[in-house]
Amino acid sequence: MEKQEFTITAYTENHVGLLHRITIIFTKRKINIESLTTSESEMEGVHRFTIAVTETEEQVQKVVKQIEKHVEVLKAGYYKKKEVVQQELALYKIPTESLTNGLEVERIVREHNARFLTIERDFVVIEKSGYKRETKALFDELRPFGINEFVRSGRIAVARQQHGLGHDVEEMLMAEA
Amino acid sequence: MGTLEATETKNKTAPSAPERIKGSEAIVRILLEEGVDTAFGYPGGAIMPVYDALYDHQEKIKHVLARHEQGAIHAAQGYARASGKVGVCLATSGPGATNLITGIADAQIDSTPVVCITGQVAASLLGSDAFQETDVIGISMPVTKWNYQVTSAAEIPEALSKAFYIARSGRPGPVVVDITKNAQFEEFDFEYKKTTHIRSYVPVPKLDMEKVKEAAEAIDNAKRPYILFGQGVILGNAEKEFKTFIEKTGIPSAWTIMGLSALETDHPLNVGMLGMHGNYGPNLLTNECDVLIAIGMRFDDRVTGNLDKYAKQAKVIHLEIDPAEIDKNVPADIPVLGDAKESLIELTKLVKPNSHEEWLQRFRDCDAMEQEKVIKEELNPNTEILSMGEVVRIINEKTQGDAIIVTDVGQHQMVACRYSKFTKSKSNITSGGLGTMGFGLPAGIGAALGAPDRTVISIVGDGGLQMTIQELATIYQTKPKVKVLLLNNEFLGMVRQWQQLFFDKRYSSTEMINPDFQTLAKGFYIPTNKVTERENLEAAIEEFIDYDGAYFLEVMVGKENNVFPMVPSGSGVAEIRLE
Ligand SMILES: Cc1ncc(C[n+]2csc(CCOP(=O)(O)OP(=O)(O)O)c2C)c(N)n1
Repeated sequence: MEKQEFTITAYTENHVGLLHRITIIFTKRKINIESLTTSESEMEGVHRFTIAVTETEEQVQKVVKQIEKHVEVLKAGYYKKKEVVQQELALYKIPTESLTNGLEVERIVREHNARFLTIERDFVVIEKSGYKRETKALFDELRPFGINEFVRSGRIAVARQQHGLGHDVEEMLMAEA
Repeated sequence: MGTLEATETKNKTAPSAPERIKGSEAIVRILLEEGVDTAFGYPGGAIMPVYDALYDHQEKIKHVLARHEQGAIHAAQGYARASGKVGVCLATSGPGATNLITGIADAQIDSTPVVCITGQVAASLLGSDAFQETDVIGISMPVTKWNYQVTSAAEIPEALSKAFYIARSGRPGPVVVDITKNAQFEEFDFEYKKTTHIRSYVPVPKLDMEKVKEAAEAIDNAKRPYILFGQGVILGNAEKEFKTFIEKTGIPSAWTIMGLSALETDHPLNVGMLGMHGNYGPNLLTNECDVLIAIGMRFDDRVTGNLDKYAKQAKVIHLEIDPAEIDKNVPADIPVLGDAKESLIELTKLVKPNSHEEWLQRFRDCDAMEQEKVIKEELNPNTEILSMGEVVRIINEKTQGDAIIVTDVGQHQMVACRYSKFTKSKSNITSGGLGTMGFGLPAGIGAALGAPDRTVISIVGDGGLQMTIQELATIYQTKPKVKVLLLNNEFLGMVRQWQQLFFDKRYSSTEMINPDFQTLAKGFYIPTNKVTERENLEAAIEEFIDYDGAYFLEVMVGKENNVFPMVPSGSGVAEIRLE
């Protein structure tokens, strides 16, 4: 089976240590986590993990079952690339002087659908969200102007259907009440 | 740690009235509420308040002082597996807790319910590299079903109540509750409610009757159905339902090492043991059945051998409580998720009565071959050299299969598991998944305390015995009636066997220059005997078993005997070698 991009989602309790418990599952199988984001979810008191990996579907299925097996995990699942709407956020810091030598940077920023977050005396910060390849493309174009700092967030994603995994969790919690 | 309240628990049992007591006293009261009468452990600074509280409850909770924390946890495991109750283990912070890890890992892979309570440095010192501080939560996380650090007394009731519930429910396993010293000292208003539910945890998946129907149909249509059963039958208290099921369907059934004793050895449908050193027919015929019915077993690689050559022809039905086991190693055509007992009851209702005489005969023919090529000589050797098998045969004759057989790891383990006769469930206690040398002696102590009315025989090798030999002192102090049988081949036998077969007989660091075990046993004040000649063997075993109390028996067996049959690693099950 071929490796491809997957987004793993887990709805969990908000407990200290759970992050470690979940990453152990990947470490044990020597699977590289490309990015991992934890945040609140649409449900009060329910947390959400979003994990990006490139793996075989079979391996992803096994990992998801191991995640869901944990006492404090409500539900876990995975999506293929086409099954999610996903974004990553990138920040680029470049010297302000690169703006004063012509309109080149402004043109690049516009063309990439990016924006200036802040313009200071010595530096400016540009923000761009999108797929990794898009934030990477902007990086490559800005590089000649000198990038002082660059950071990209983990992937966040929602299911490309009205009711994703969270719907099951909601039903689970309703049944509880 | 996060708040416990985030996990709502619905509690059905009536709460006790609040009372102002110390955290340490609360811990002991909770043990009593959970029905604990025996705990295993070792004291130290960070757990001292709990030991102090135990002092007040000595008539109700017997504390077994081991000689090493590894001994304590293996004893708790043996206790749990012999009694079916949760084993409880106490240790101090730092080295006390880290010494538990091997046993926790063993309990995790063999699904044994154990609650470990570890002391921890005061909450104010956490993260400061304080004296005897280790990150017990971090270290134990990969090998526990659940763990939790308590930093204030108020958290103790809910944390421990969840610990017991999680350890024993669903697929059982070990949990660790790490309790800082300040929490043990603090006073608080104590109330206790047993946990009966955790919203994010589904211990037993709901049985899907459609799957049961599908399974029943496949079983009814099978020409050569074959059952593999594991510890799930024992853990699910489903021995009776299992027997009813196989008797109605007439299907030949083989046990995994962890499934041993779930059915009586002599049952006509019990065809023997699976695995690398299992029986010939059960391995060979795995690749000839048309429907493979796995019940409460997890297709360990020692059972399947090379997966590419494993039961490719068969339709696989998998009855299992843990969804993560489905399709993990062997894809299931019909997964039946649920509790073993309930699944078997429903399945038995739907299947038609049947018999498979011709197919069963294939197993008998294989058995005849194995008898001829391996078993006859192992049980009644034609040489002067004593074999492990003949020792086990005589034990069978003396106990009539009534004993609990505990083993360590190695050749003696394989021989004991192959040849021991069982008539009652929960009678085989061995380190199956982890293969932990040093398990046998302490687990035997725990088993003898967990099943005081039964004869408990702990069979160990000279290598494994020396990993936890100090527990002989625990026997002297606590007086469990455990019988320790040392099968001494003066080698790390199992490794030597591999060196002989696969490494050109290059016996690298496997010969044991041993101490005098007789003097040692005497030093621990345990009645002892040693057999070197066949003519003394039977009488010695008789005395060993009949003696009212612990006893140490050493039998000098062949130095270079091998265990057969064998599925060499990397081979398929059908490539099993008889010699
Ligand atoms: C803690 C641990 N260390 C190493 C091993 C590897 N190992 C498996 S069997 C074995 C030999 C056991 O020798 P002994 O206890 O004398 O039993 P025998 O095989 O001779 O019956 C060894 C070293 C193990 N299983 N556990």
